Order: sequence, then structure tokens, then C-alpha cells
Amino acid sequence: MQTPERDPIQGRKVQLMISCLCDAFFDDAARATVEVLRQAGCQVTVPSGQTCCGQAAYTAGDWEACRQVMRHTAKVFPGPVPVVVASGSCAAALFHEAPIAFAGEPDLPVIQDLSRRTWELTDFLTNALGVDRWPGSVAARAVIHHGCHTRGTATRDAVRALCESIDGLEILDFPDADQCCGFGGIFSVSHPYMSTEMGRKKVADVLSVEPDIVISADMSCLMHQQGIAGRLGNEYRIQHIAQVMRDASMGRAV
Amino acid sequence: MKRQALDVFASGLAPEVRDAIMAGTTRVLEKRQTTLAEDYADPDSLRLLAGQVRQHALDHLDRYLPLAESRLRDNGVQVHFARSTGRALDIITGLVHASGTRVVTKSKSMASEELDLARRLADVGVEALETDLGEFVIQLDDDHPSHIVAPIIHKTRRDVAASFARHGLGDYDDDPEVITRRARRYMRKKFLEAKVTITGANFISAESGRVAIVTNEGNARFGLAGADVHIVLAGIEKVVARDRDLPLLLSLLVRSATGQRISSYVEFVSGPRSAKQPSGPREMHVVFLDSNRSKIVGGEMRQILRCIRCGACMNTCPVYRQSSGHAYRGVYPGPVGSVLGPLLKDDENFAELSDLARASTLCGACGDVCPVNIPLPDLIARVRVRSHREGTVHGKQGVPPMWSYSLLARHPMLWRLAMRLGQVLNWLPLQHLPLSAARAWSGSRTLPRWRGGRFRRWIRSRPRDQDG
Repeated sequence: MQTPERDPIQGRKVQLMISCLCDAFFDDAARATVEVLRQAGCQVTVPSGQTCCGQAAYTAGDWEACRQVMRHTAKVFPGPVPVVVASGSCAAALFHEAPIAFAGEPDLPVIQDLSRRTWELTDFLTNALGVDRWPGSVAARAVIHHGCHTRGTATRDAVRALCESIDGLEILDFPDADQCCGFGGIFSVSHPYMSTEMGRKKVADVLSVEPDIVISADMSCLMHQQGIAGRLGNEYRIQHIAQVMRDASMGRAV
Repeated sequence: MKRQALDVFASGLAPEVRDAIMAGTTRVLEKRQTTLAEDYADPDSLRLLAGQVRQHALDHLDRYLPLAESRLRDNGVQVHFARSTGRALDIITGLVHASGTRVVTKSKSMASEELDLARRLADVGVEALETDLGEFVIQLDDDHPSHIVAPIIHKTRRDVAASFARHGLGDYDDDPEVITRRARRYMRKKFLEAKVTITGANFISAESGRVAIVTNEGNARFGLAGADVHIVLAGIEKVVARDRDLPLLLSLLVRSATGQRISSYVEFVSGPRSAKQPSGPREMHVVFLDSNRSKIVGGEMRQILRCIRCGACMNTCPVYRQSSGHAYRGVYPGPVGSVLGPLLKDDENFAELSDLARASTLCGACGDVCPVNIPLPDLIARVRVRSHREGTVHGKQGVPPMWSYSLLARHPMLWRLAMRLGQVLNWLPLQHLPLSAARAWSGSRTLPRWRGGRFRRWIRSRPRDQDG
């Protein structure tokens, strides 16, 4: 998978897609995303009709349902304003998976238009706005968990560069960082044993370097990992990259 | 709680088998990574190129396959086409019978696994000896390969030593050198006795009719040296356009499969023995196996036929590593098997293996290592689509239906209501709910506190950010 060619950005208007998991569980991550975008000088709208990107139905193989949800999403986020997504996975669903699921459909052009306007948050900050340093400081040792849906995309470098630019934030490498944590959406409930085993390995690998925080552009993976760590009585601090950035700068100019 | 068959298999897997697989796959992956990085400035671009080379041959198979056929015939090779595995079996059995031999040597070939060739030949009174060491062990144990390159990746040398002892190949000794020497001594007699040798083909050049065969043990070469008749069994997709395509493909195949720069042996067989040659098979046959490939080649999952059987996708797959090759219940395990397995089946049998495509987090690791750039995660998703469309029982197991999700996700008012009502989850014991998915989740994981509605209230309270 690769990040697609996107339309050049005009103006400072963005539409924020918060992701269904931030909607349901991680409201502060969504809030931090608004604050970070605003701090970077964006005019943020958060369409209230937004629901979900449709990835659940895509991975379930029910592409009829998937297209219905994606059509709704395309309607709620009209062009030409870019769509910034607080999740690498949901962004990839829109820029990589949606055009695949719409091949041969009459409204493919609408979806392609959406895919050319869709950015994961840090990819947008870095590659659309040119923000590659973030002000402020956080005194912590952290690991970055890259969600698998950011493989081959610009998000990975962007998250790392932004984290490294924050004063006091030490990024630790950990073993087998590239391995999937076993969430996989529906996989986590259709294959609970393997999903859990993979998650336990991830939790052990993460904890082996004793970080203060685990940072990601994807709350879905962190939810799964945290769920496993929690059941084992090993809960650790997880943060969306936007939360780290907001906490670092607390209103300082970018 | 409903869950998928592969998950059930994985949870019953012996820990030592899992450890053996984890160690084996990790070792090869690391070697692959090292050699590729040492030898090439940008290995990734070579993967993409190799993918194009393979796809070109497949897109024009209607031209290259007849071309290969006519080159092979020019070279003195007899060419056969088998629509099905059953037909291929008939052709091969006929050729073996005609030779009058009771012993056949066989080198490693995944196509022959599709036919279950050695067992089927045994049924008609022909001893077909597997001469690849791993496959030989599989044959002794009446087992099935669990990896396409390393068939006994699920066994330790102690298992092998025990099995040699059981089958009268000497007292228990798990020194790999002793094991190898014993296998060699046993096979040597058979090599000399067999009048027919059967090999697969890694590639067949349409330009020259050359058949490329890659081995590490020299067993294919030894088979050729001893036999009068050489039978090549190859899927129709093994054809490449030109000899010049082979260096790239072989370079990536071997590095991806074992991490070597080149395998110990690469045979290029152009035809039967010529009048001037002192030895070698007098007859050579190529049996092209279709078995639904001609249907796949024009379909939406055609890229899967690029596969050059290196096994890198399974080595890197976290699901394969947890579950072993046997979990996939067929010839091809791992990500490639999740697609190829069900597609090689006839339509009425697609359902049997349709659940294999569920056994993936779509993490994309397989797509990243594939030497011919097969978009495996996208194809796995497509197999799921077909499985959903056909409502296959295996494929559905433990997969929540999407209609309620899609209904909510298309109706923002209902969605927002659900976001607020979700609070009840904070008070319900998830593991006791009559919902398979809830039980599957909460068996081993906690759920974070439901906080639906809070962000939306916050954003509504900030008028300048609000939008309809």
C-alpha cells in the first residue's frame, strides 16, 4: 500500500473525521486532534453527520454494506475541502480500500475524489502543511506503535519525526515493532485465540523497554493492546499522537 | 462463542510445534532481509519489476503458452494439457505404466501436491519416492507438508530421527549429518532403480522452452541422471516470456525462499537427451496443469497467479506463525493459500476453504515481502467478498453480520443515539451477553469505558467549529 497522490491544499479549511472508536471511547483523542489542527492554523469543521469509514464491512467482505457506509461518508464530507482523519487505519480505508470496493460502480469518481482529499492527521500536518517540528515538551520515554494500515504510507515517518521534535520526548525502539498486534477489527472476535496471542506478544515486547507512554496514530490497535494488558493487570498509558502533541505545546504557536 | 476453524486449530497446536515454526520462519526472514539489503540498492523496486514481468506473461498467456508448447515440441518434448488434477493424474499414471517401471523418483513440486501424486501412484502399485529430504520425511510419516518450501518446518530433528528409527533407517540418532547420510544411502538405490523421474518446474521460458528447476539437494539432477523418462508437472502459469526474465525471477525467488543468493542447483532442462549426449532421459514430457488457473487468469484476482512459491508470505504472516501450515487444510498455506486455496477449487467446492481468507488481520506484512508484488491483502479481502456473496458456512463462522452496523452508519441520528446508549456497556457484564462477538472480545480483553457523546457535546459547545 502506498499513500496516493493527493490534491494540493488550498486555504486552511479542513474537515475532521474523528473515527468511530474516538466517537465511542476516546473523546479526548478527538478533542486533541481538533486542538492540534487549530494550533497549526487550520479552520476545523467537524461534520455532525459523520459516522464511520466503512472499514468494518470492507474487511467482513460485505462490500454492499461497505459501499453504503462509504457513500454516506462521501456525502458528509463534501469536496473540495480536505478530510483529515484521526486514524491511519480509517484514512487508509478511504484512500486505499474505498476505490477498490467501488471498482465498476457508477459513483467511483466521487469516491476517488474523496480518496484524493483524505489524509491521516500527521501526514496532513507534515506533507500538506509542511509542519515537521512541534513545539513544547513532554518529559517521557515513549514507544510508537505503528498501526498496520500505515504500512507504506507517509504516516510512519510523520509520526516519528513529530515525536522526535518534541523536547524531552525520548522515543524507544522495541523488539518486533513491525509485527501486527492482532487486532484486525473483526479478526479480533472471529479468531479470538490468535488475536489475543499476538496481542500478548505485542504487550510483552512493548513493556520490555519500560516506556512511560505508548503512542500511536491509531487508537484501535491501542484499545486491543490495552484490553489485553488490562486483563493481565498490566495496564499502561496509551495516547493518541494528537494528545501527545497537544499536551506538549499547550497552546504555543507552531 | 462461535469462532473460526483456524483459530480452533491454532489453540490446540502443541507449543513445541509453534516454537519450531516461529524459529524457522524468523531465521529465513532475517536471512532474506540481509541478502536483499546487501545485494541491491533498492530491493523494493525489483519486487515491483518482477511483479510486472510475471503479470505480463499472465496477461498474455494466450500467446506465451502456445509459444512455450511449440518450443518444447521443437526441443523434442511431448506436451500434454490437463484440465483437472484428475486428468493430470491419468496422464502421468499412463506414462509411468508405459515405461514399465515400478519405482519413480520425484523431486519437490507443489503442483504434485495438488494431485496428491505420490499417494495416488502408490494406489496403482507404483512406488513414487520423494527425494527432497523434507518431503521424504513427510512421506515416511504419511504426513502433509506444512510449508511450501520447508515442508517439515513443524518438525524438529528429534522428530525426524525418531521417524527414521521407526522405519528401519538405523537406530535413533538426531545428528543432522547422520540423518542426511542415511536418507542418501536409502535413496541412492532407488535413483538407480527408477526408470521415471518426476519434477516440477519453477519457470518455463516461452522463448526457448527451457524448464528451470531450483533445488538445494541435487535430487532433481540425480533423478534426471538415472531415469529414461522425465515428466515435468507444471501449472500453466509457470510460463514466462523470455529467458532474460529468469535472472531477475531466480534472484528474487531464492533470496525470498531461503535467504541464499543462489540455490545449490539450478537446472535448465531444454529437452530429452540428444544423440550426442551420453546420458539423460530419452523421453521428456511436460504436463501443463490448468485446474481452474485459466479461470483465475482473466478474473479480478488474477495477480495471485504471479506467485513463484517462495514462501516469504507465510514466513512473515503472524497468523501462519501461530497456527502452522496444517491449519490451512490444503496444499497452500499462509496468505497465498488463503487466496489460491479456495480459488483452485471448483466452484462448488470453493466454500470448503473459503474461511482461510478470514484468517488474516490484513496487516499487509505479506504484501510487503512478496517478490512479485502480489497485493495479497487486497486479494484476501476479495475472497471474503465472494465468500460473503455465496454465504459460505465456514466463512461466516464468528463473523458478525454487517447489516445493523451499516444501518446505523448511514443514519447519523440513529448513530448518535447509539453512541449515547452505548453507555450501558459500562454496566453490563460483557462476557455474559448472548452476543458471540462480545464474549469473544471479553474472554481475554477488557473494554475501555464507553464515552460516546462526550466529544460531540464538547464540539457543539464551541460554535465556531460546528457544522450542521
